[in-house]
Amino acid sequence: MAETSTRLAGVRQAPREYVWIARMWVRSSLAYPTSFWILTVSSALITLLDFVGLALMFHTVPALGGFSLQEIALLYGASGIGIGVADLVIGSVEQIGAYVRTGGLDSMLTRPVPLLVQVCADRFAIRRLGRISQAVVVFVYGAWWVDWTPAKVGLAVLMLVSACLIFFSLFVTFSCIQFWTLDSTEFANAFTYGGNTMTQYPMTIFPREVLKGLTFLLPIAFVNWYPCLYLLDRPDPFGMPSWFAVLSPLVAVLTVAVAGLAWRTGVRHYTSTGS
Amino acid sequence: MTLIDVHDLTRTFVVRKRTNGLARTRTEVRAVHDLSFIVETGEMVGYIGPNGAGKSTTIKMLTGILVPTAGHLRVAGLEPSRQRTELARRIGVVFGQRTTLWWDLPLRDSFELLQKIYRVEPARHRRNLEEYVELLDLGDLLDTPVRQLSLGQRMRGDITAALLHDPEILYLDEPTIGLDVVSKGRLREFLRTLNAERGTTLMLTTHDLQDIEALCDRVIVIDHGTAVFDGPLEGLHRRGESRRTLVVDLVDEAPPIEVAGAETHRVDGPRQWLSFPAGESAAPIVSAVAATYAVADLSIQEPDIEDVIREIYAGA
Repeated sequence: MAETSTRLAGVRQAPREYVWIARMWVRSSLAYPTSFWILTVSSALITLLDFVGLALMFHTVPALGGFSLQEIALLYGASGIGIGVADLVIGSVEQIGAYVRTGGLDSMLTRPVPLLVQVCADRFAIRRLGRISQAVVVFVYGAWWVDWTPAKVGLAVLMLVSACLIFFSLFVTFSCIQFWTLDSTEFANAFTYGGNTMTQYPMTIFPREVLKGLTFLLPIAFVNWYPCLYLLDRPDPFGMPSWFAVLSPLVAVLTVAVAGLAWRTGVRHYTSTGS
Repeated sequence: MTLIDVHDLTRTFVVRKRTNGLARTRTEVRAVHDLSFIVETGEMVGYIGPNGAGKSTTIKMLTGILVPTAGHLRVAGLEPSRQRTELARRIGVVFGQRTTLWWDLPLRDSFELLQKIYRVEPARHRRNLEEYVELLDLGDLLDTPVRQLSLGQRMRGDITAALLHDPEILYLDEPTIGLDVVSKGRLREFLRTLNAERGTTLMLTTHDLQDIEALCDRVIVIDHGTAVFDGPLEGLHRRGESRRTLVVDLVDEAPPIEVAGAETHRVDGPRQWLSFPAGESAAPIVSAVAATYAVADLSIQEPDIEDVIREIYAGA
């Protein structure tokens, strides 16, 4: 009973503790203003070029998988905001193996702040906002062509929140593999960044099996695909039920639960093996 | 009052080795094995042993980083691995080779963050900070980015950081590693003051035996995961039957000195080294040497505890 209440108190404190630590890193990065701006601008440019490449493709091909540039912008923007925010918030979770190796994790374990909060806030980099702002610009461009109704606005908000949570959970879940095999960052990236790349395109360019995999196994189709079909007033080209459009928040909650479980198991494995 | 209670503590690791080709053998290594000791409030304990003896495994269990395989363990009445966060508020940990300070920010900023995450009342924080800044002479350094500090200055910063929340126990892992003689002396002086005035319990692991000599009234020597010695430093000397060395500089070169109660074990030009039991007085030997030889200079070397410990290891 007492343990539960202290745990709850810990959860309530977590956002504040996160902000305290993150603020330290922001101030640290501002100690080198030139490098800060170079990194921010270059990261924004790189992601912008990414979309320019997509736009150039539409010069020769009028539609991709039956979707126009504007429609793809909506998909691309939603997924980009999701992974961008998740990447901003979780920061160094992907580097957890390095923390284990250097012993940084041990130092963190001797502090009265939840480990996940400390790892996420570590090396918090505000320059990642560059990537998010690019995704926002693309999303707004795509949203410009949508026939908005109150229901659609609500669904769009839910979609963006869910997208952040789903990517956040993916990052955490796959990073936990590093508690067992230290050098699995690339493996994890295949699912997180790889998943992001796939959701930048309409699912119609993939075979049906891929969509099934991205719906039931690695549920990133819920990041943008299903809700966007509703926003764009399109029937599901694969004949999936239309109520999948509102399922994203539920999927988000599920993936968060899986991530929490993976994290706790990973930390327990670490404290019981020491490697 | 008992602060640390360790009883039959055991920690095994599973090591998988690839022997030939794909076959893997799974061996259990006992890093700590049936370790027992008790530390009372206010003690200064040196925890020493050769590399791989189980020192850091023990410290990791005491701080809750590692879960013990078996045995009883209580620190400040808490079970470390289960109540890690709670325990974290009551202990301080300093790893000599790693800083927990923010590299690019002034020292002051790191201290402010710690005040927040340890939820130290602002008034108490101010008081503590003032005191440690004074004692550790950090006044001019508070606004310097940590990366510009010298190793000694940074270590003082790290120790302050570990103390701001008034921990009951301070674990120090190689606190003087890499420091020059002056910084080492200053740090030891500070730790003594801390222990005397605040009653903070200190537990330090070190390879520098002068740290132990200067600070610890009690030494626990661990080897192969078990305590092979637990007692006062003098006892360690006795047990190892250690010897002191009298270094004699003669005016002229001479054959090996022969006096009762000591034996000459080295001759290098006019300088000779005589060893005698650490428990004996040096006075009769010195006067005997001075009576027969023309002596230019004399000095006495205290026994090297490292040798003493090596003997214990060899005997264990």
